[in-house]
Amino acid sequence: MSRLAAFGRFWWDFVIGDDWLVAVLVALGIGATAALAAANLAAWWLLPLAVLVVLWISLRRAIRSA
Amino acid sequence: MSTGNAFLVISAFLASAVEMVEALTIVLAAGLARGWRSALAGLGAATVTLAVVVAVLGPALTVIPLQALRLVVGALLLVFGLQWLRKAILRASGYKALHDEDEIFAREIAEARDAARVERAGVDWYGFTLAFKGVLLEGLEVVFIVLTFGSTQGSIPLAAAGAAGALVLVAGVGVAVRAPLTRVPENLMKFAVGVMLTTFGIFWAAEGAGAHWPGSDASLLGVLGFVVLSSFVLVRLLRRERRSVLRTVEA
Repeated sequence: MSRLAAFGRFWWDFVIGDDWLVAVLVALGIGATAALAAANLAAWWLLPLAVLVVLWISLRRAIRSA
Repeated sequence: MSTGNAFLVISAFLASAVEMVEALTIVLAAGLARGWRSALAGLGAATVTLAVVVAVLGPALTVIPLQALRLVVGALLLVFGLQWLRKAILRASGYKALHDEDEIFAREIAEARDAARVERAGVDWYGFTLAFKGVLLEGLEVVFIVLTFGSTQGSIPLAAAGAAGALVLVAGVGVAVRAPLTRVPENLMKFAVGVMLTTFGIFWAAEGAGAHWPGSDASLLGVLGFVVLSSFVLVRLLRRERRSVLRTVEA
């Protein structure tokens, strides 16, 4: 493996970890929050709820793959 | 001290203490199995490398506009924090083995004693790289947390003070006992760090995305309460589910 690939792999493991779906769902949650805020609607409540759903999905995936 | 700043110091202290306990275990294993000269050289080299990372990234982060910084840092912290929280919930509910510093120490010592001795630049290379990698990897997490928390909250020195407090405490106790700090409630601390990282991640990512929190910084307490409560509910649900599965298997 080239050094560049190893470097990229290290940062992927460091930040994203073993469940990439968390990163994707978090990005979608933040995007939805930004869309609500841009439409001048209350947006603060969305991310906590999204995190709860993401956590539950990720836990189920971890348990299934164990 | 504001709610945000108090959380900042506590979070930096807890996260740093957890990582430093792990780094201490590795340095102790390297020192006892391969000699202190190589272990301390590895510790010193990793510390210098981490200092360079802080010196380069610290000032760079302070010139990024605050809202963009909060969006990016909040998102990163959220993804990073959810990794910690997921593992902590899996450990607390019995789906994952508890982190055991004694077991890790015994494994590191056994591997270090079996490795061949190669001298480079006057130090045992295995002992040097073991200590260097251990301190660098655990230290990078501390640097990441201190820089992201500090820059987003607008006070890197406060976050650094929390980390420095942890360093003094862990290093002091480590030098005094010269053994892995097994009495530290590491699993509970990891749970607390996961909760803190996720709380800050939610708060800053939402702010960075343009949301306004009712009560401003004070709503951090509300987010913290929500994350703690949700985590405990998830632990209870998973524990109950695991017990039920085990009963079915036994029957």
